[in-house]
Amino acid sequence: MTDKTVSLPEERRHGNFIKNNLRNYGMLMSLVAIMLFFQVMTGGTLLQPLNLTNLVLQNSYIVIMALGMLLVIVTGHIDLSVGSVAGFVGAVAALLMVTYKVDYTLAFIICLAVGAAIGAAQGYWVAYFKIPSFIVTLAGMLVFKGLALAVLQGQSLGPFPPTFQKLSSGFIPELLPEAGTLHPTSMLIGAVLALGLVYAGAKGRSREQSHGIEVEPYAFFLGKSILLACAVLYFTYLIASHRGLPNVLVIMTALIALYGFVTRRTVIGRQIYAVGGNAKAASLSGIKTERLTFLTFVNMGVLAALAGLVFAARLNTATPKAGLGFELDVIAACFIGGASAYGGVGRVGGAVVGAMIMGVMNNGMSILGIGIDYQQVIKGLVLLGAVCIDVYNQRR
Amino acid sequence: MTAMLEMRNVSKSFSGVQALRDVNFSVQAGQIHALVGENGAGKSTLMKVLSGVYPAGSYEGTIVFDGEERRFRDINDSEALGIIIIHQELALIPLMSIAENIFLSHPPSKFGVIDRDEVYRRTRELLAQVGLKESPDTLITDLGVGKQQLVEIAKALSKRVRMLILDEPTASLNEADSAALLERLMAFREQGIGSILISHKLNEVAKVADHITVLRDGRTVDSIDCHAEPIQEDRIIRSMVNRDMAHRFPERSVKIGEPVLDVTNWSVYHPIHPERQVIKNVNFGVRRGEVVGIAGLMGAGRTEFAMSLFGRSWGTNISGSIALEGRQITLPSVAAAIDAGLAYVTEDRKQLGLILADDVRKNITLASLDQVAPNRVIDDIAELKVASDYRNRMRIRCSDVYQETGQLSGGNQQKVVLSKWLMTDPKVLILDEPTRGIDVGAKYEIYCIINELAEAGRGVVVISSEMPELLGICDRICVMNEGAFVGEFRGAEATQEKIMRAIMRNERSNGVPEAAEMGGTQP
Repeated sequence: MTDKTVSLPEERRHGNFIKNNLRNYGMLMSLVAIMLFFQVMTGGTLLQPLNLTNLVLQNSYIVIMALGMLLVIVTGHIDLSVGSVAGFVGAVAALLMVTYKVDYTLAFIICLAVGAAIGAAQGYWVAYFKIPSFIVTLAGMLVFKGLALAVLQGQSLGPFPPTFQKLSSGFIPELLPEAGTLHPTSMLIGAVLALGLVYAGAKGRSREQSHGIEVEPYAFFLGKSILLACAVLYFTYLIASHRGLPNVLVIMTALIALYGFVTRRTVIGRQIYAVGGNAKAASLSGIKTERLTFLTFVNMGVLAALAGLVFAARLNTATPKAGLGFELDVIAACFIGGASAYGGVGRVGGAVVGAMIMGVMNNGMSILGIGIDYQQVIKGLVLLGAVCIDVYNQRR
Repeated sequence: MTAMLEMRNVSKSFSGVQALRDVNFSVQAGQIHALVGENGAGKSTLMKVLSGVYPAGSYEGTIVFDGEERRFRDINDSEALGIIIIHQELALIPLMSIAENIFLSHPPSKFGVIDRDEVYRRTRELLAQVGLKESPDTLITDLGVGKQQLVEIAKALSKRVRMLILDEPTASLNEADSAALLERLMAFREQGIGSILISHKLNEVAKVADHITVLRDGRTVDSIDCHAEPIQEDRIIRSMVNRDMAHRFPERSVKIGEPVLDVTNWSVYHPIHPERQVIKNVNFGVRRGEVVGIAGLMGAGRTEFAMSLFGRSWGTNISGSIALEGRQITLPSVAAAIDAGLAYVTEDRKQLGLILADDVRKNITLASLDQVAPNRVIDDIAELKVASDYRNRMRIRCSDVYQETGQLSGGNQQKVVLSKWLMTDPKVLILDEPTRGIDVGAKYEIYCIINELAEAGRGVVVISSEMPELLGICDRICVMNEGAFVGEFRGAEATQEKIMRAIMRNERSNGVPEAAEMGGTQP
């Protein structure tokens, strides 16, 4: 089959390669540009170890929910209720752990189950009754916002048991002797991760090559690997010089890896994209479109619950206002990351980058002292701009 | 009498496909001019040229109306002259009233406020004119199709109509409604309105037409003055179908074996109107190595029949039995049908067959991901190999299997769909309009693939509206009309005249073409 692939002259192949990949890496480059911009404007505050750690902690729940929202958007739906669900689950967690003194592990599991049940309830109407998801989840948004208020009786409830707080404010334990302010365990994990990523990339490339598949030019691969490794190492170095890797960052990274794998490599991932791409064609190809839609909502519910727990642990109280407006950041993250509002298109990496763009902008603008009023204006314009660029790219 | 409308030497082509060639067509005031021809003969294209849907400049030839050459830029230009077209799919808004629909675009108003008294007064007048006894307040959705058709005509009359174009107006009407409608047409003739009637029903045409024009392959092939000579149905049918076999069909050696699919007493009801029986207790069978064609007009129920077999993907209250290789089976879902060895290649590959935004590889493996995904994890190398394999075998022309399917030509897209279904290794393949909208070369390749499938011992069912195609590739042709099989011919003894006659005979005797309404089927 390789002998049949048309071989192009070297320069054109490189040109095509850059063109094809520009879209995939476009958002990543925007993120880098935005970070550089704020790094300069804030006089280096943005990438200070303390601020970077805070940035991660502040945005973890958005990233976690964006993973679920991406799948929902890929199937061609939307979930407006995630903020309220996160808030409600946080309230339930406080009720269990603070009021009823339930063991935190058990409470954690119950809360995730509540999230799954909420997702199932909403997914049922969307998938099997064909009620537009916009309406179902708008109703859910009101219902769970109200229920959170009812559970908390309008009051804040806390504090949580210290172990539970570790979910959000804890850092991985230090096993090696400390070297100054640097946390060697975290640094080691970062180094292993960087090497692992480069190794996996090289192995995949050579595997493809051995099967005669056209791969990216070697120079690109080398450059990309070096950049990736450096970025990971530098990031870990910064984080490690504060208090080490936050627990929530570990959870987040694991989830990103898991969802990246599920969407790209598994049958269920492929089928979810097929449902969003053309539901009728998918169903006539034997795919159970309704069940998959239902499952994406269940998954969304679980992740919203997890985000709610992370957020509650971070604040150390459950408040009736928790989760307010989260859905907007989460949905914006997915669309900035290149997901299509018509379904079928969107990448996990994109959604994560989108969430990070929102996070960096929030953080950077706050450091610069821009008021919450204009922050919202700017965020709105960035969202519109990102989607415009995407639509323009697709038309070309 | 001079002609009110004259279309001279009209030609129109779509990206290389000649839809109309030098068509001459004229209508006089107070004349009913029938336009007949097979599906795809160019009738609708001609009417779209006339009404300005295809603007001046996009076709060749001239349109003369009232003795003046006209160049319509859009449908408003033709409507301004009183040329009104009523499409087969009614363009009424279901949740609005009759009055609101009739005066949708130009309601009588004073200072921008709709004058309701005037609207009602004129609606009543118009309804009386078309003989519809309904209140102007009645919602369209509460009316039957026949009455809706009359509302459409009333709407046309509200616009000072000079020439009325009706595209298969009686296709979805029962006999009484059809008769009423035709009577209206004859009344309009008295008022000097010219009418163009597009119809498959030759008995109706014979009843009302003053003149008949037959189109075939975009040309005028016959023109009959009904007052000068007696109407011979045989002559019309022969003109409609007797074309020169422009494309040839590949040879093959036929080896017909055991029965592989047997459907008995199959009955299906309409999913939205559950009281309407769409497939009427039919029996159908295919043998190993056999290519069976299903002929019929649009809306005969062929697609509905195929989809209801394919895991009940269309219709409700389905009954009857299916035997595959002699064993009775039930196919409650598409997945079950695929597992059992059934494959259905949809008639509309863009809407129902492909995920256009996805690449060729993903489309090919979509229905059989399990083959390339041990433990539910896709082995991308194995997937790539399978996809490339089909690409070579089926000669799909694409830069590589990572190319977006939407960028391929129609013929290559169809090969991608075929690959998808071949990968499921089916025992029986149902191909619904497999060559629609693809060029002659690609058609030939599709025919070759069909032959290979049959030679490999699969049963192949081909649903097609192109009769020469069925005659060229099938061992047996079943004729479906109004949800039932009304004729069956061996491949050698079938002719287009015989098939057309079987359909027409049934149309006449039956007269209640309920199934005809389901033209654009949705699963």
